[in-house]
Amino acid sequence: MPRLEEYRSLVGADTLEELYLLARDLKGKSVLHVNSTAVGGGVAEILSRMVPLLRELEIPTQWEVIKGGEDFYAVTKKFHNALHGDAQEIAPKDYQVYEDTLDRNLAQMDLGSDIVFIHDPQPAALVKKRQRLKNRWLWRCHIDLSRPNPSVWNFLKPYVEQYDSCVVSAPSFAQKLGIPQIMIPPSIDPLSDKNRELEPEEIKAIVDRLRIPMDKPLVTQVSRFDRLKDPLGVITAFQKARAHVDARLLLVGGTADDDPEGVRVLKEVQEKAQGDPNILILCLPPTSHLEINAIQRASTIIVQKSLREGFGLTVAEALWKGKPVIAGAVGGIALQITHKFSGILVHSIDGTAYWLKQLLSEPAFARKLGENGREQVRQNFLLTRHLRDYLMLFHFAGDTSREMVRLG
Amino acid sequence: MLPRAKEPFRFCSRLSLTVLTGIKARDLRELLEHLRTVPEPVIYQHTHRFLQEHQHLVPEPANDFAYWVTEMLNDEEFGERLASIDTVSFSSLEDLRQTLIAAIEDHLKAGGDTRPAPPGKEFHFTRAIKFSLLTRHQAGDLMEFAECLKKVSISSLYLHIFEARLRPPLGINDFSHWFRTQLGETGLSEKVADLDPYTYTLEGLRSKILGFIDSRLQEYSNAAT
Repeated sequence: MPRLEEYRSLVGADTLEELYLLARDLKGKSVLHVNSTAVGGGVAEILSRMVPLLRELEIPTQWEVIKGGEDFYAVTKKFHNALHGDAQEIAPKDYQVYEDTLDRNLAQMDLGSDIVFIHDPQPAALVKKRQRLKNRWLWRCHIDLSRPNPSVWNFLKPYVEQYDSCVVSAPSFAQKLGIPQIMIPPSIDPLSDKNRELEPEEIKAIVDRLRIPMDKPLVTQVSRFDRLKDPLGVITAFQKARAHVDARLLLVGGTADDDPEGVRVLKEVQEKAQGDPNILILCLPPTSHLEINAIQRASTIIVQKSLREGFGLTVAEALWKGKPVIAGAVGGIALQITHKFSGILVHSIDGTAYWLKQLLSEPAFARKLGENGREQVRQNFLLTRHLRDYLMLFHFAGDTSREMVRLG
Repeated sequence: MLPRAKEPFRFCSRLSLTVLTGIKARDLRELLEHLRTVPEPVIYQHTHRFLQEHQHLVPEPANDFAYWVTEMLNDEEFGERLASIDTVSFSSLEDLRQTLIAAIEDHLKAGGDTRPAPPGKEFHFTRAIKFSLLTRHQAGDLMEFAECLKKVSISSLYLHIFEARLRPPLGINDFSHWFRTQLGETGLSEKVADLDPYTYTLEGLRSKILGFIDSRLQEYSNAAT
């Protein structure tokens, strides 16, 4: 894992100095992160990078993963979808499975750290033990809570309100709660394989290996084959734009073997693209971080035409590579892009077609969007900013009556 | 010989964490209603947040209200009116609040559009918990000041230029105050005070102030030879 000093050339000495200053008064204060998976998914990815950096700053940090059976994860998957706003059938026994599983975990876990930082709904009910402990509890919700299914939210809310603070990714995710709600967006790691700098030869070798022709400007969407990412809408928009500009569309997604819906969407995408030599469909395994990095860097424009989105860190990944991005104005994407300054926000297929045509015809404007976008990410969406926000959060840990904290 | 300060200038950094108030506005009437009652730190957050988070964007939008009206309510004309409110001319947040309120009231009285923002595009009121960090950078004269200014973070610049104007002595930035009271550099102090910091990026502002100091140092150098 990279050490803090390795970020210096990317984020500047001043940013590192701020981290050291913020950490100075927290030295020795113990932190425990708890989530539901050690690998896979954005939360585990961020924690795997964040925990070593906290330890390097001499903040003793542990990371524990709750244990549960298939029935528990089936229930929490339903919770997840319901909190995103989907209608879900949840039976009383589902709630019982959830409670019983967390009770078993509670019996085995040491939750005595100074700060207990619980991630997402799966372990949220661990907070029931806090009354016996004199420590601070924080709940981090990575889900878009703007339109939660009321039955699941009403079940979780009494637990959430036992925390000192709740952390969400965007203003629209805020709920009516009796505890402070802090906004801390997620981040990307500029030193990970998915985002690190690549030499032109490295990019070319990967693009050649994947047989992606580079004879025309490349328009790319990197996303699971999921209806909410609107791959069919991207194809329609591209074909409309193609009437005026020459380009190639690349849709890159996961293999989705375990997702029947994903397989169906992929088939529809392949059918729609059939016979169009300017559209490429590419399925890559979920570990293809370097390949995704190279494809994004080789692209002229990145599209992320999501219809719903938690945060949409693929946008930050593309912006960090200095690429002009056309993205759906949904979820956290609107936080990452300021329309016409650091990218383009769209609401429709026609809007996507229009901006594809504009950006392909005006490379100087597109380049400026990309440059602004990279700076936007450098200031607001890199792991070091995320670490800084967590350090600030640990300083007041829920006491929002203070408007100012002086350090140094 | 360069004048030496009795009290060195100690550079601090300003960081902040955003707290969601849970208050939101769907249209101009709701925006107006909440603007009347939200605490001052909320007004500060929405008229200054953009400077820190989007400091590389030159030089607009100046405040969150103007951006929301332009981009979410699609009212470019009134958005322009809100963006043109001269933030630099206010030394109190209450005056700034009243000016924003008056602008919206006038607009509504003149039959301004009250259509709501699309679902999900509401204006969310937030405030900040501020962190003030004393850095290791301190300066006793102009030469040292210039060296520090090259190294400090943009959040330090933000604190000493923007926030300083809203605390005593009101209306003056920390740099101008120190130049005048500690070094007797009245001319330099006025030059920096006369800048409209809201029309520069923070990096642009840093270069501009460094340029003023370099010129002044050159004058000292010429006088010595």
